[in-house]
Amino acid sequence: MTNKISTSRTWIFGDDIDTDQLAPGRFMKDSITELASHCLEDVKQNFSANVEEGDVLVAGKNFGIGSSREQAVQALKHLGVSALVAQSFGGIFFRNAINFGLLAVVCAQAKSIQEGDDISIDADVGIIKNRSQNESYACEKLPPQLLDILKHGGLIPHLEIMMKEQE
Amino acid sequence: MAETLAEKIIARAANRTKVCPGEIVTCTVDLAMIHDSGGPRRIKPILERLNARVWDTSKVVLVSDHYAPAVDAESAAILNLTRKWAVENGIDNFYDQQGICHVILPERGHLLPGMFVVGGDSHSPTGGAFGCFMFGVGATDMASILITGKTWVKVPNTIRIEITGTPGVDGGIADGVSAKDIILHLCSRFGVGGAEYQVVEFVGNIISRLSMSERMTLTNMSAELGAQTGLIAADETTFNYIRQTGKKPEHPVQVDNISALQSDDDAYFSATHKVNVADLVPYVAMPDSPDNAVTIEKVSGVQIQQAYIGACTGAKLEDLQMAASVLKNNTVAKGIRLLIAPASIQTTAAAAADGTLKILTESGAILMPSGCGACAGYGAGILAEGEVCISSTARNFKGRMGHPTSKVYLGSPYTVAASAIVGRIADPRDFLN
Repeated sequence: MTNKISTSRTWIFGDDIDTDQLAPGRFMKDSITELASHCLEDVKQNFSANVEEGDVLVAGKNFGIGSSREQAVQALKHLGVSALVAQSFGGIFFRNAINFGLLAVVCAQAKSIQEGDDISIDADVGIIKNRSQNESYACEKLPPQLLDILKHGGLIPHLEIMMKEQE
Repeated sequence: MAETLAEKIIARAANRTKVCPGEIVTCTVDLAMIHDSGGPRRIKPILERLNARVWDTSKVVLVSDHYAPAVDAESAAILNLTRKWAVENGIDNFYDQQGICHVILPERGHLLPGMFVVGGDSHSPTGGAFGCFMFGVGATDMASILITGKTWVKVPNTIRIEITGTPGVDGGIADGVSAKDIILHLCSRFGVGGAEYQVVEFVGNIISRLSMSERMTLTNMSAELGAQTGLIAADETTFNYIRQTGKKPEHPVQVDNISALQSDDDAYFSATHKVNVADLVPYVAMPDSPDNAVTIEKVSGVQIQQAYIGACTGAKLEDLQMAASVLKNNTVAKGIRLLIAPASIQTTAAAAADGTLKILTESGAILMPSGCGACAGYGAGILAEGEVCISSTARNFKGRMGHPTSKVYLGSPYTVAASAIVGRIADPRDFLN
């Protein structure tokens, strides 16, 4: 698991993408495959059909605001999304993302990134390079505790390692 | 050095003399609350994978409310799994279909001021009305808590919101106006996410006059402000409520004086807002966000098909009493369905005892089981294509209560009741006196 990601497949979203758009309540009983197939369908039709392994989502303020349902993260993870960049995240959603080993980066200039821009994210250093626009943006550095969880692939593998170390 | 209430509670839970905003600390959890949706069905596989047990079953409360009662094979299976897990893991504090978790916790005496509580649900800030630091997490975080009894927090800053008014006989706000209108007004002012995952602490002469039920409505919807939690320092109203549950309102650890349960006046607050609600009118949040809230006259007359009084936000006993005060001697308009899902079975019993239920049912309201119901589109009462509902719940995200094209307006129980009578969104003040 690396905290460095490079892609030219960026999806752009606006402000206030809520958990009910990421994981619609009417499919919360269903399998993650079924639920993920409806991820963001109310905002971007065919998102789940067209998103590919390694894609990055870029959004404005409050991405993932709302419910504590971690299927909002799990659905993105299931669809192969490798990182999220936003001006801000819903607090619980942010914790859930780290817990699932999904890189979530807070970047004030997220809205400078355009659909399809070739970007690279270095979460350890706290920088996003936008090669298409020849710009770079500072992003909030994650505390070492959270980088550790990410590095291990999420909270459960992290716990597994910690518990083995204790034995 | 002065501290906020949140810092005091976190410092105690982290076994530290003091904590500073921004630092990450590990806290011992006094109580963990889980429900049928994010609870056993998500946590069981994690516990099994790690070959781990619940750290302290006496500190866990499990409530089935999201899929209760079962409406199809899938929800029946989720509830079945929940019940089996409770037995296998010796969870004595299991409330099966007794009501909604955020109302069950205080009603059954599980919350005491000063506690550090984590809930597997985003409306966990409701507990902050009792002077607890209670916040919501996802199921993986919760699994980790159930194994270790601990979790990390980044010590938050506190925003202080002072709610003032001209204290009158009815608590200083106008008739037909309630805590729901105050919080919708705050949502419109600060926006969803406006609190940036800080703590929102409510103070002021109106707060001291509000009942626990109304305080819960405020802290509940601090989630809609994007706060990590809402907080109201404990006072005699809090202690009296707790005594009624048969519990002693002492702090889980001995405190020398009440100041341990309050913010110091000279503590650092990242912002202080004064909001005068003396002239506040009913507020309604238009689709598709709680911060899309406007004064009632801007939406008055909007045609509805359903009126819903339910969920953790808007179906406590006092919420039902508010609705009854409007519905008394009135009937639900033809072609409109008014669904009422009391927040708990104790709520239903109390509303039956004091005559509230009689008024509601005589008006033509349809009584529903206690549970999260239609609020998040999980249970009974969901909306069809293009339907419009006015609801006493907390969220009106696109498609939340059913079909993606359905629309939800949020209002107080007063406003929902008045709208049910008219068949259009209506000002409840026209029905009171």
